[in-house]
Amino acid sequence: MSDSNIKIVEAPEGLSGEGFFATKLNDVVGLARANSMWPLPFATSCCGIEFMATMASHYDLARFGSERVSFSPRQADMLMVMGTISKKMAPILRQVYEQMAEPRWVIAVGACASSGGIFDTYSVLQGIDKVIPVDVYVPGCPPRPEQIVDGVMRLQELVKSESVRRRSSPEYQELLASYNIK
Amino acid sequence: MSELLLPPEHRYAKIIKEKLNEDGSELSILNLGPTHPATHGIFQNILLMDGERILDAEPTIGYIHRAFEKIAENRPFYQITPLTDRMNYCSSPINNMAWWMTLEKLLNIEVPKRAQYLRVIVMELARITDHIICNSILGVDTGAYTGFLYVFQFREKIYEIYEEICGARLTTNMGRLGGFERDWSAEAFRKLDVFLEEFPPAWKEFENLFERNRIFIDRTVNVGAISAESAMAYGFTGPNLRAAGVDYDVRVAEPYSSYEDFEFIIPVGKSGDTYDRFCVRNAEVWESLSIIRQALAKMPEGNDYHAEVPDYYLPPKEDVYNNMEALIYHFKIVMGEVPVPVAEIYHAVEGGNGELGFYLITDGSRTPYRLHFRRPCFIYYQAYPEMIKGALLSDAIVILSSLNVIAGELDA
Amino acid sequence: MALENTQIQDKLTETFGESVMHFRQERDIFTFEVSSDTITPVILFLKNEETLNFHFLTDLCGIHYPDSDVNEQFAVVYHLHNWVENKRIRIKSFIHGENPEIKSVSNIFLTANWMERETYDFFGINFIGHPQLKRILNMDEMISFPMRKEFPMEDSGRTDKDDRFFGRTPSNC
Repeated sequence: MSDSNIKIVEAPEGLSGEGFFATKLNDVVGLARANSMWPLPFATSCCGIEFMATMASHYDLARFGSERVSFSPRQADMLMVMGTISKKMAPILRQVYEQMAEPRWVIAVGACASSGGIFDTYSVLQGIDKVIPVDVYVPGCPPRPEQIVDGVMRLQELVKSESVRRRSSPEYQELLASYNIK
Repeated sequence: MSELLLPPEHRYAKIIKEKLNEDGSELSILNLGPTHPATHGIFQNILLMDGERILDAEPTIGYIHRAFEKIAENRPFYQITPLTDRMNYCSSPINNMAWWMTLEKLLNIEVPKRAQYLRVIVMELARITDHIICNSILGVDTGAYTGFLYVFQFREKIYEIYEEICGARLTTNMGRLGGFERDWSAEAFRKLDVFLEEFPPAWKEFENLFERNRIFIDRTVNVGAISAESAMAYGFTGPNLRAAGVDYDVRVAEPYSSYEDFEFIIPVGKSGDTYDRFCVRNAEVWESLSIIRQALAKMPEGNDYHAEVPDYYLPPKEDVYNNMEALIYHFKIVMGEVPVPVAEIYHAVEGGNGELGFYLITDGSRTPYRLHFRRPCFIYYQAYPEMIKGALLSDAIVILSSLNVIAGELDA
Repeated sequence: MALENTQIQDKLTETFGESVMHFRQERDIFTFEVSSDTITPVILFLKNEETLNFHFLTDLCGIHYPDSDVNEQFAVVYHLHNWVENKRIRIKSFIHGENPEIKSVSNIFLTANWMERETYDFFGINFIGHPQLKRILNMDEMISFPMRKEFPMEDSGRTDKDDRFFGRTPSNC
């Protein structure tokens, strides 16, 4: 249909000619990964309600390739941690992260997940980066759905530019080792 | 499998070892939660199952225990409102207003009628958001995603009204001691009018989609029924109790914020099952809408939006910059150095899920000596294992969402 | 006919004598104290006596008074509600600071089960006769009781907060 306003992602830089298009493998893989991020919503509290709003019709996260909310860690690419993680919860979060297959990304949505937020208490983990590595932090208490969408788009940028070899690089292994994740 | 999940000394492990069904099949254990997708929050239940049927359940809570009561003992009175927001985050304004009303009771402050009516409006809007979430999610759990997508649009509209009033959407931190921080703008009233016009037909449609829906009825009628006696023994309040047929409502029993000025009925159910809980919440939304209309119609003239209590109410910002007295008041209030009597106060309101009570003990210092929250979710969730005994696994999910257990309120 | 405070007071003094004391109206709620060893009979009486009929336990919580006499360092507070007469009462029971224990009311009100577990979790008050007295909100491994006044709110083991920036060191530099 000519009046359709569906946008298709732009092709990466490359050489094109009649019947062929040549580009870097990195770019193609990044493009594919970035536009089909399956989120695993790890919603514990208030931010989870804003995530519900993000998924619902008004903000519609599906526009960014995240239509399928994967509740199984095995099939998810992006772990979205929304809400306070208490010390009782931390081992479970870690287990969920360990169950995810590479490549995996983590967004810490909201102040609590990023830093413990206003809950500077004996029972609350002061930021999930104490137990798992985090790629994008979304501030706010709770962040507005626009901010969550922005966080996802920032992550897409990261994913697009990530080298296909990053996950086997010594730096990455070192990062995981620093969290004691095998 | 069960050895992996449970230590051998666990009582379920023993039961499994001892009991073998006649046909040779054995009981099994299912660990539902804490991050199960169908539980909408962090609840863990270890279920002892015979096939699809639940024989026994053992709940574990506390996965988002945030120590509200400990924080409250270390914060001046003003800084406790944000905590109440995060307790039942589906209906934050009710919690905020309940906290301010507790303090007003402590300090004997009379709030102007108009501010009380504005509070009623915002509390009823909060009740509507709460019930929208609960009922539409119940729809999702029974397989009807449409209703959720449809009515969530209107929850956004309510959030826009909140934004006009206080600037925030979900965790509103709304109001001040003695009223509101500012008068409601004309835009807020306009948005409210639009909402009152557009929402009822949509809600009617939502109701029609479910109330006579064969699948929905099959999934909910006689599922998770609880009798009035045992509901009361378990400390049920709010819609869940009313679904069992007891017409206890704090708004009527102990009217606060001028609820005695409005006419409304308390919808009650009969059997206390999931379907009744759904219908009671639906009916409450209609009552809330009617209360909002009455409050708008009866709204007193003028523009009072707070009580004249300079010791406790923050002065306008321009006065703070230009007026010595206002600056002193501002400083004292912000630093929490306000005179507070020594007293013990219990104040209860009808929250989204039942009687939300604040038990406040002051010793005259800038922070509460002890603040205990009576959280309805925490109290009635303990009946959950009893309610799902003998039910199917899929029913357990439906019962959980019909109880509307909010993790933040459950674990405090 | 509304249920009057004096009526409640007379009935209780008649039955329990000295162990129910300090009757007073605190703002809108009639309050009195019960010695900790008679708490279960008093609550059972309040629930079952026909005219009193306090059939609903609204709330149960603990309070810590570290500065009080050692016999009264903890208090357990019960809020009861009679829906028919719409009357609330508050019962306070003070208990010993070193070995805080009181009889459980969970067999009278089912709802007291978790409330008592929560109070145990926060204050370490031992409810005698409770079917399953263990921690409910905090981790099972925890050994101290966080709502006691001497317990710090903030986690002591944290490293990301520099006390100098929060005005907590004498020199602040």
